Amino acid sequence: MANTLLDTVWDLHTVRRLPNGETQLFIGLHLVHEVTSPQAFQMLAERGLRVRYPERTFATVDHIIPTDQQQRPYADGMAEQMFAAIEENVRANDLPFFDRSTGRQGIVHVIGPELGLTQPGMTIACGDSHTSTHGAFGAVAFGIGTSQVRDVLATQCMSVAKPKLRRIEVNGRLSAGVFAKDVILHIIGSLGVQGGVGYAYEYGGTVLDAMSMDERMTICNMSIEGGARVGYVNPDATTEAYIEGREYAPAADDFQRAAAWWRSLASGPGASYDDVVVMDGADIAPMVTWGINPGQVTGVDDVVPSPEALDGPDRAASEEALEHMSLEPGRAIAGIPIDVAFVGSCTNARLSDLHEAARVARGGRVADGVKALVVPGSQRIRAEAEAAGLHEIFREAGFEWREAGCSMCLAMNPDKLQGDQICASSSNRNFKGRQGSPTGRTLLMSPAMVAAAALAGEVADVRQMVAS
Amino acid sequence: MSEGAVIDRIVGRGVPVRGNDIDTDRIIPARYLREITFEGLGPHAFEDDRRALNGAHPLDDPRFADAGVMVVNKNFGCGSSREHAPQALLRRGIRAIVGESFAEIFFGNCVAIGLPCLTTTPEHADALQALLEEAPDTDLTVDVEAERVVTDHGDYPAAVPASAKASFLTGRWDALGQLLENTDEVRATSARLPYLTGFGGESS
Repeated sequence: MANTLLDTVWDLHTVRRLPNGETQLFIGLHLVHEVTSPQAFQMLAERGLRVRYPERTFATVDHIIPTDQQQRPYADGMAEQMFAAIEENVRANDLPFFDRSTGRQGIVHVIGPELGLTQPGMTIACGDSHTSTHGAFGAVAFGIGTSQVRDVLATQCMSVAKPKLRRIEVNGRLSAGVFAKDVILHIIGSLGVQGGVGYAYEYGGTVLDAMSMDERMTICNMSIEGGARVGYVNPDATTEAYIEGREYAPAADDFQRAAAWWRSLASGPGASYDDVVVMDGADIAPMVTWGINPGQVTGVDDVVPSPEALDGPDRAASEEALEHMSLEPGRAIAGIPIDVAFVGSCTNARLSDLHEAARVARGGRVADGVKALVVPGSQRIRAEAEAAGLHEIFREAGFEWREAGCSMCLAMNPDKLQGDQICASSSNRNFKGRQGSPTGRTLLMSPAMVAAAALAGEVADVRQMVAS
Repeated sequence: MSEGAVIDRIVGRGVPVRGNDIDTDRIIPARYLREITFEGLGPHAFEDDRRALNGAHPLDDPRFADAGVMVVNKNFGCGSSREHAPQALLRRGIRAIVGESFAEIFFGNCVAIGLPCLTTTPEHADALQALLEEAPDTDLTVDVEAERVVTDHGDYPAAVPASAKASFLTGRWDALGQLLENTDEVRATSARLPYLTGFGGESS
């Protein structure tokens, strides 16, 4: 029977089976950012250890970096302290560090692929749950906590149990105005926010085959929102074309040998899975969340569901969500008024995302009273977007054009909701308080839908706006 | 060097925190992730939920003030990988969590810091929560070895995956010591990885 990519990559990186039954897994690429690493470096220092494979460890700053002004020292003294900590830690351990002065700074899950660091067949770890993003390349990528960041810094290994594998196949075609974000929200809505616990997700089918790498990254990024720590897409010609020529990609003859190896990793046609789910892309509408987790989601042409249709705990969860959101069951999703529009995050701040949002924003005007911001995923994307004139389209329409960072996805920098503002957001989490105000409200959607909502001042069906 | 204490049973009072899909942003809001140590996190556990409930959150209920066992529902700890979440609970005095299910990264973070999470059925989680709500002074014994929660009012099965159980019972829940043991095998593994060896070309 043919192996899956997960089997092959897992076996290749297995150092040994630990006494507790977990695998000691070698990590081929470790990405580090300012927020989940200082305690790990501290624990390392306390034990007299150094970073074991500094050449496989790369750092940047993204979570708390301001996206409006960049003057040091930062107004936020705690942010300044956190920056000083990572600067000292990368210096003391001689790690490559993509800070703003390099022109390669950005959200860790954006710059890994952008620099060609992320490649098929690797195991990748980072102290951030959205590390699953890198699976878009056929890597096996884990979000880890700070103790495991310490483990990987000290040993380049982690202790981990091999997950089961579910193949999620999306076939057919997507309608115009339906994007990768809608596909993954649809998947999470169908399988639930804990449906993937204990599983890795392998995404495939004709819809995934036709997707660009940016789109596949959006899909894999939100695997964790469905409970799956790992999500991946088998590498193919699209993967190779993306990687070729990037800074850390194999060059010349190495690239040809690399590509041959990458192709050999893909799960074979006869591979066996613990579960298979098949969906039809034609069934997917532009999606909008109405609750406080990403599984509480429906089509823009639908209504807020009634908790009465649900049982026991699900019903209670739904009632709690509607209370927080101040939404009535049965009201149309389209037309929910918004206060803030946010295009950004490791889910949807890549160049193609900005193009899609700009296509909607072009020639329009952000509605009165709506604060709209566009936060590119990296300095390089920002520069590329400016070369294409996107910043002018956004500014003319009334969007703020920001510097790169995580920004209002998790509101660790000054970009926060105020009070119970409602935000149309291209990010990944609509948890209570996620965007910086405990009573703030988040509606997750695609970047094009965010732009449409910004212009309309309310949730709007982007299919109608693009058509008109 | 990373041998920790054997964790076979936790005895203490309990606190019920009801609700499915309680995410780590709720357990510890992101603004506290700007601290460069975990030390001061305890008082901020569930801060926004507690503020919203204006004193009515179980963690603010004096009857549960000295609880060491938290009883939760489904998919507890979902979302962000922030270890700050279990660190905040640990520093608030929580020594074991019993619930219907746990998110994977949260569960692993708990193992790494010696905080056992045991899974039980929805019925048993609900019964335990109801028991604590009625009789907050109930003493619980969370028996990791026997995979049970024992009280004067009844006994509840509560499972621990074999690998976590082995880690707690041997005191080797902090993996670092074991990962440091075999540098030769680690080197041998890295030496067979195509992407670290020039993809088999002559340059390797």
